[in-house]
Amino acid sequence: MNVLASGSFWAFVAVVAGIYTILALGLQLQFGFAGLLNFGQVAFMAIGAYTMAILVVKEGWSMWLAAPLGVIAAGVGGALLGVTTLRLRADYFAIVTIVFSEIIRYVATNENNLTGGSQGTIALGKVGTASQYNGEWASFQTRVQHALGFSSSDATMLVLVWGVAIVLLTLTWLAVRTPWGRVLRSIRDDEDAAASLGKNVLAYKLQALALGAALGGVAGLFYAWEFSFFSPTDFEPLLTFFAWMILLLGGVGRVFAVPVGALVFGLIFAGTRFLNFAPFSWFASDERAYLRLIIIGAIILLLVVLRPQGLLGKKREMVLE
Amino acid sequence: MFLQLLANGLVTGSVYAIAALGVSLIYGILRLVNFAYGDMMAFAALITYGVNGPLHQSMIVATLAGMAATAILALLIDVVLWRPLRARRAGFMSLFLASIGLALVLRQSLLLFGSAQPRTYKVNPYRVFVLGSIRLSEAQVIAIAGAAAAIVAAGLFLAYTTTGRVLRAMADDRALAAVAGIDVGRAIRVAWLISGLLAGLAGVLAALVEYSFDPNFGFQLLLPVFAAVVLGGIGSAYGALAGGLVLGVAQEVSTWSGFAGGVNPVYKPVVAFAVLALALMLRPQGFFGRARVA
Repeated sequence: MNVLASGSFWAFVAVVAGIYTILALGLQLQFGFAGLLNFGQVAFMAIGAYTMAILVVKEGWSMWLAAPLGVIAAGVGGALLGVTTLRLRADYFAIVTIVFSEIIRYVATNENNLTGGSQGTIALGKVGTASQYNGEWASFQTRVQHALGFSSSDATMLVLVWGVAIVLLTLTWLAVRTPWGRVLRSIRDDEDAAASLGKNVLAYKLQALALGAALGGVAGLFYAWEFSFFSPTDFEPLLTFFAWMILLLGGVGRVFAVPVGALVFGLIFAGTRFLNFAPFSWFASDERAYLRLIIIGAIILLLVVLRPQGLLGKKREMVLE
Repeated sequence: MFLQLLANGLVTGSVYAIAALGVSLIYGILRLVNFAYGDMMAFAALITYGVNGPLHQSMIVATLAGMAATAILALLIDVVLWRPLRARRAGFMSLFLASIGLALVLRQSLLLFGSAQPRTYKVNPYRVFVLGSIRLSEAQVIAIAGAAAAIVAAGLFLAYTTTGRVLRAMADDRALAAVAGIDVGRAIRVAWLISGLLAGLAGVLAALVEYSFDPNFGFQLLLPVFAAVVLGGIGSAYGALAGGLVLGVAQEVSTWSGFAGGVNPVYKPVVAFAVLALALMLRPQGFFGRARVA
């Protein structure tokens, strides 16, 4: 019964936190450094995951080719979204990005021949067969597990996700310290000033959006590998909001605040599963799922009201004005 | 067939229009994109269901009760949440995120206390009004009549009453309005009151048209409503009305078979978004919007 004492449960929590770290890192680059209000981040996760799964199952590609292509597809998706919408005012842009993510989900739900429709990836292949995209990944994970001498596959996944997350965090940390990163921040702080110095504001924003979207694609791949199955309902806007909450929890404008936010979020999210004492025990277990999201919403509210710069954010560089 | 689709589109569009007006009014005054608006609509639909179903009141009494309850909710939330955020001069981003948090709390509370089961109002599903080649259900007739009345009332209110002019002046230029001696606090309360009433009416009418609804339905309505608001130009009251009607009609008419075979009806929401994307490419500030917000 005691799930709290089980190592694999905590490994799972940490794996999910790692996936969220990569997802929210994309938002950090887009919002924390370029000031872009992307509320459709989950769409890029979906594009990455679906591209990989479709190429593996329908086209018989090697996963090692399909996975990078998924990341590229997500980045291209971000660029295409940006080309059409980055000229919009910030508030319009925010709404249009949510709309974009819902269009992606609609298409994934209804284009049965392409995506397996609402049944998800299990229906990707021929009728009557339960298709799998995960074979190559599973055998890779087993090899890594043997090489590391681990006994559990959860621990192996943990190492893989966080290894990639740390590499991506470091790359982002380095990138925002280059002249390129300084231009991004200048655009965030004063777009007109940056433009008047001859910077191509649109091109920089487009790059930030595409790179952040590609990070979303990476998160989508790990999501697909961790769960071995996904369907359009996995990519509801709620996931984007979770990523925003992580960004807020950690702090805007600091790369390494993202994993902190993701771990705190992971603990809150996992912790709210165990609300089996009064007054929570008055509710049935399915009702407690609602309660859990109420608590998450309330935390977002409290953060915005009480500590808009997050746990580690710099108040001076706060763009949450 | 085309006329029937047009009529269906006007029904959907008029519901979108009043919902969009409620969103746009608040944005105009407070620069707040209210993400919780869909869940306010669902709240109204549930209250109305409670009065209409278990309490056996007529649909009109029930709707009025739902609208009043939603307006009170909107005013309460303003006192508890938005006013403190205004006091600390929270920007667009903070307000948007706070409204997302609020939306989560509201919707999950509705699910928790109202349960996810689908509900239906007591209207006669078999009664049909025939107008030439057009057939409308009782629910559709109520929806279009209610929405038309609300649109006319809101239009007259905004155009001819002093309070209406104050609201439009504030949407136009808040600083200038304040300098001119307008009581900003009162104007904000009026805006929430009207926005709540419109959310209430739109929620009930949308639930009527959809026949059966559950607490999640508000969120599904929210995106087309937002699309209507953006299409009209955020903050523009008349733009919101026009945007709602255009999107509603475009959604339905796009399925017409004479229109290159017609769009698969499951893609109706995508049609609304495609219209929005096209319109924004031609006119990035929306039909009635201005290029920049001061």
